[in-house]
Amino acid sequence: MEAPVIHEFDAVIVGAGGAGLYAALELARQGVPTAVLSKLYPTRSHTGAAQGGICAALGNQEEDHWEWHMFDTVKGGDYLVDQDAAEILTREAIETVIELEHLGLPFNRTDDGRIDQRRFGGHTRNFGEAPVKRACYAADRTGHMILQTLYQQCIKHGVRFFDEYHVVDLLIEDGVSRGVVGYRLADGALHVFRSKSVLLATGGFGRMFRITSNAHTLTGDGAALAYRRGVPLEDMEFYQFHPTGLAGLGVLLSEAARGEGGILLNGKGERFMERYAPTLMDLAPRDIVSRAMTREIREGRGIDGKDYLFLDVHHLGRAVIDEKLPDITDFARVYQGVEPYTQPVGVQPTAHYAMGGVPTDVAARVVVDEQNTALPGLYAAGECACVSVHGANRLGTNSLLDILVFGRRAGRDMARFSKESGMPDLPADPAEPVHAELQALGARREGEPPARIRRELADVMMDDVGVFRTDGTLRHAQGVVRDLRDRYQGVRVQDSGARFNQDLLEAREVGYLLDCAETTVAAALARQESRGAHYREDFPERDDPNWLKHSLAYRADGGPALRYKPVTITRFTPKPRVY
Amino acid sequence: MQVNLRIQRFDPERDTAPRWEEYRLDVDPMARVLDLLHMVKWEQDASLTFRRSCGHGICGSDAMLINGRNRLACKIRVDQLGKKISVSPLPGLPVVKDLVVDMEGFFAKYRSVRPFLINDEPAPEKERRQSPRQRAVFDDTTKCILCGACTSSCPSYWARPGYVGPAAIVNAHRFIFDSRDEGAEERLEILSDRDGVWRCRTIFNCVDACPRGINITRAILEVSGAIVERTA
Repeated sequence: MEAPVIHEFDAVIVGAGGAGLYAALELARQGVPTAVLSKLYPTRSHTGAAQGGICAALGNQEEDHWEWHMFDTVKGGDYLVDQDAAEILTREAIETVIELEHLGLPFNRTDDGRIDQRRFGGHTRNFGEAPVKRACYAADRTGHMILQTLYQQCIKHGVRFFDEYHVVDLLIEDGVSRGVVGYRLADGALHVFRSKSVLLATGGFGRMFRITSNAHTLTGDGAALAYRRGVPLEDMEFYQFHPTGLAGLGVLLSEAARGEGGILLNGKGERFMERYAPTLMDLAPRDIVSRAMTREIREGRGIDGKDYLFLDVHHLGRAVIDEKLPDITDFARVYQGVEPYTQPVGVQPTAHYAMGGVPTDVAARVVVDEQNTALPGLYAAGECACVSVHGANRLGTNSLLDILVFGRRAGRDMARFSKESGMPDLPADPAEPVHAELQALGARREGEPPARIRRELADVMMDDVGVFRTDGTLRHAQGVVRDLRDRYQGVRVQDSGARFNQDLLEAREVGYLLDCAETTVAAALARQESRGAHYREDFPERDDPNWLKHSLAYRADGGPALRYKPVTITRFTPKPRVY
Repeated sequence: MQVNLRIQRFDPERDTAPRWEEYRLDVDPMARVLDLLHMVKWEQDASLTFRRSCGHGICGSDAMLINGRNRLACKIRVDQLGKKISVSPLPGLPVVKDLVVDMEGFFAKYRSVRPFLINDEPAPEKERRQSPRQRAVFDDTTKCILCGACTSSCPSYWARPGYVGPAAIVNAHRFIFDSRDEGAEERLEILSDRDGVWRCRTIFNCVDACPRGINITRAILEVSGAIVERTA
């Protein structure tokens, strides 16, 4: 192979969404030489698609306290949340949102000029009494404004960006992180980035499901690369389906639509959530609403008996719709040809968010076992990580909060680490292993297209590992995923060029998705209880004595090996979860 | 319905000039052009190259020239275009491969207008106050997703590639009119340059191209108005 280009930075960040950019900003402010690698342009990152808001107990609209927010987060996560992390999340939410405002984020405002707040699913006052106005927002493009604001600040502080570089390997030797290998899309050259610390901030892997709100590029790259290098993946069985994906497409319609007063209706015109969550109704947490919707559809009460329901916002009036929900009503117009001023919008649950991922401690350091032993120099934050603040089910807006609070913490700890540590040695021929893999992948002149494997994977995950699961569906999925893994060894990449060879990288992404799917299925099959987003029809109850613990899936011959670690419980002892 | 999709192809390792290829597809009228491109890529020719990510008009990756107008491929449906659809890269930017253009120059212009909040006052303990009315003044230009559809549709930009272009001005506007920002003076100085706002000939191509519905020409006129006011 041609000798790779070698770069040296104290810190390398993989992924340029909210978590990566906030970490980069922290590092840049502290003068630490930092590189950000993104397989896209940073402003294309999927943080930009987040709509509704970011919760913080500012109390600008009504009384609120971070303890209430913490309680909601723990209960929302069905008590699988690590409460030390949830406390940090909800306490630091307040200063983080204020700092975002100082950085220029154009929040919607109250009449007296403070940050406006609105309701969101599962967020309540006084430990579950009633919905509370906690979500700070910028119309329904809060994520867009967060992404723009952080990118702008990174430009201001001279962060070094490597755009359209796919990270294709992590350099870990003797239990120490030493950097990454990037593939430059423009010309196919491999670049080695030697660094003291590496942050994985690569987002989720919703593309392993057929109907998803996730970008095409969310293929679990960071999680899979860590898994291949011996890092376990935590709580992979917990995958959130968002209740309101646009029917057929999965494009997200924010919970803000219900936060502002929108309601769900079944084919008989009933507000069915009254039956499932009498107190919070349409604003119950997402796992509960998605299950209720799937039940309604299964029992024949979908619209015209089909596999979708209605989200109705017309009664909010044009002024509220235009001012507070402009983008999502535009989606309904563009993609369904429906006018939300007067018509209900067809919706169905859509694969949305991975609660699980690369395990970390509260400084965002990757930890690799039941004792939370850190892997020196390796960090993870955002959706690809599992800290775990979301437990078995994430509350709306807490993902934006997670990327900001723990992205910032990652940046701070990486800055500390880089000042205390020397530059690690690179392994011999650092790019050679991945070079050989890419050569093998690109060299076959016969074989099936990787797109076919991706489609079949998305089908089986949707049908068998979705909102409802049983031993039977999971075993079926396990067999199919295993078979797809075998077939993946024989895929053919059609494009043989060096320049902008997306075909090659997409083929590699299918491999990442297979890793994520394999661990998801294995952990879901093992967990014989129902908790949060993981619902087993054959084990419909939560089982704390046996299952109040995090799963860790390690790569092993013949399929993932599972281990477990305890949940950190500080303030709130597990109780039955009703809304 | 049956559609005839023409795509401008260019492989820098094989072709000396762009060429057109035609694909016949059987599609749902509600399908987007992005769906069609995926059909070709996933079922016929995996070497077809185009950027895309979110697939619903918020990331700005898939701006391209579709039936003569700059559009996001994920936001324009077959039933809005008819049976004959032609797709080529954004005009006025160097083609890298197929529908992928070199965006480096575009982003360099964006960076040149200092697109970040400038305010050196110590921040208060809580949020800076801003009334809903002050916030509304620059709301429109906060929507920009940097897709490049506007700048690459602008005849003034085609005629003079040094022109900073509508997208950069939109992003300058977003800060110049933000009551919290103190960098208006330096941005107006940059934009009063001969490659700044005066290159705009109010042709409105940018407004037509913007997938976010931003009234770009109005924003440019507000910026040039601020320059005039400053020098008056």
